[in-house]
Amino acid sequence: MLDRIAHAQHAIDDACRKLGRQITIMEVCGTHTVSIFRSGIRSILPEKVKLLSGPGCPVCVTDQGYIDAVMQLADRDDCLIATYGDMIRVPGSNGSLETRTTRGNVRVVLSSEDALQLARERPDKTVVFIAVGFETTAPATAVVVKEAAGEGIENFCILSGHKLVLPAMRTLLGGMNDRIDAFLCPGHVSVIIGSGAFAEIVADYRRPCVVAGFEPVQIVEALAEICRQLADGRAELKSLYGAVVTGKGNVAAQRIIEECFEPADGFWRGLGKIAKSTLVLREQYRRFDAFQRFGLEDGPGKDNPGCRCGEVLCGQIDPSECSLFGTRCTPAKPIGPCMVSSEGTCAAWFKYGRRG
Amino acid sequence: MCLAIPARIIELDEDRAVVDAMGNRWKAKTTLLPGAKLGDVVLVHAGFAISLVDEEEAKKTWELFAEIESFENTPNRVSG
Repeated sequence: MLDRIAHAQHAIDDACRKLGRQITIMEVCGTHTVSIFRSGIRSILPEKVKLLSGPGCPVCVTDQGYIDAVMQLADRDDCLIATYGDMIRVPGSNGSLETRTTRGNVRVVLSSEDALQLARERPDKTVVFIAVGFETTAPATAVVVKEAAGEGIENFCILSGHKLVLPAMRTLLGGMNDRIDAFLCPGHVSVIIGSGAFAEIVADYRRPCVVAGFEPVQIVEALAEICRQLADGRAELKSLYGAVVTGKGNVAAQRIIEECFEPADGFWRGLGKIAKSTLVLREQYRRFDAFQRFGLEDGPGKDNPGCRCGEVLCGQIDPSECSLFGTRCTPAKPIGPCMVSSEGTCAAWFKYGRRG
Repeated sequence: MCLAIPARIIELDEDRAVVDAMGNRWKAKTTLLPGAKLGDVVLVHAGFAISLVDEEEAKKTWELFAEIESFENTPNRVSG
């Protein structure tokens, strides 16, 4: 293992010498962020290699307007909120779901199936599933929407905040952050969409895209591959995660996403409105759409005062440049979602320090 | 959030499975992986198997989890 790391480090050092400038690589996956910090990868990289944690944590990229819609539903007596645990502490403009748990209408679920089961058990309430996540998570939501439709479980609906990773990468390269030289592409999103999906980024923007898993050695090797390409003036798509990811991805999962959802314009924290970047239910499943059912709008929300999570997510600033970081905003008392989520960039900086 | 864990299918009834990772067992569905068979090691995310994983890769992940767990239980840990 050590020789693999040494070999990768050698390639990275060579590239730095050859290019003589800063190399900026962005990862767009919360699990990569955690793995990079936890394993101390940043500390073995030369100063000239800068890693940015981009919009890869589903909780972090969720716009404040969506959070406020969740809170409105949590305040209704006829609703029962079913949410993945990650969302529970994200502060809206008026408290978080955690502050509503005392009313007994918020439940943490581990799976969309658990949310649908809750609807079967509680016909007296409308169960609203807080459906956030990228392409990895969207198929699980689609399955239960189809099940609810098939079984006629009408006291179930979803608040879709599902997002697509490629439009966000395009938006970043289209002017939000010109410093990004390459992407370390997400492992589990790629399981669904296939590593081949990133070919369009390589072709349209001439940026190397390398898919990696979560083993620290493989991440370092992916960074080395990126550095080699940059040093040679190449931009190619490569996957080091062949043990799990295929070029075409999980076609059954893609089909069920396609069957239930269609891409729509949507709001992202930091990135703003991005065309065709969120998933909304198709007409035939629209009655399970909580926005429609309760007449809510998924408009842009107002960020909590002073919070700079949006700029952190775009790699425009490091967390330490936010005046709230580590003082008024800490994992124990978070103000922004990047400090709430264990996969958030601010939480990782706080826990492991800037160099990881 | 996108965390996914490799686990072995130890029971399978249509698309309802019980999976096992390092002795931890839980229910998962194979709806998104129609070809999954009893004994396969699959990547499980949010209650659904999303891909097949080769045995070696799964072992590496399980070892990593075990290592993290033992490290985080150490009183000498320096982080966090």
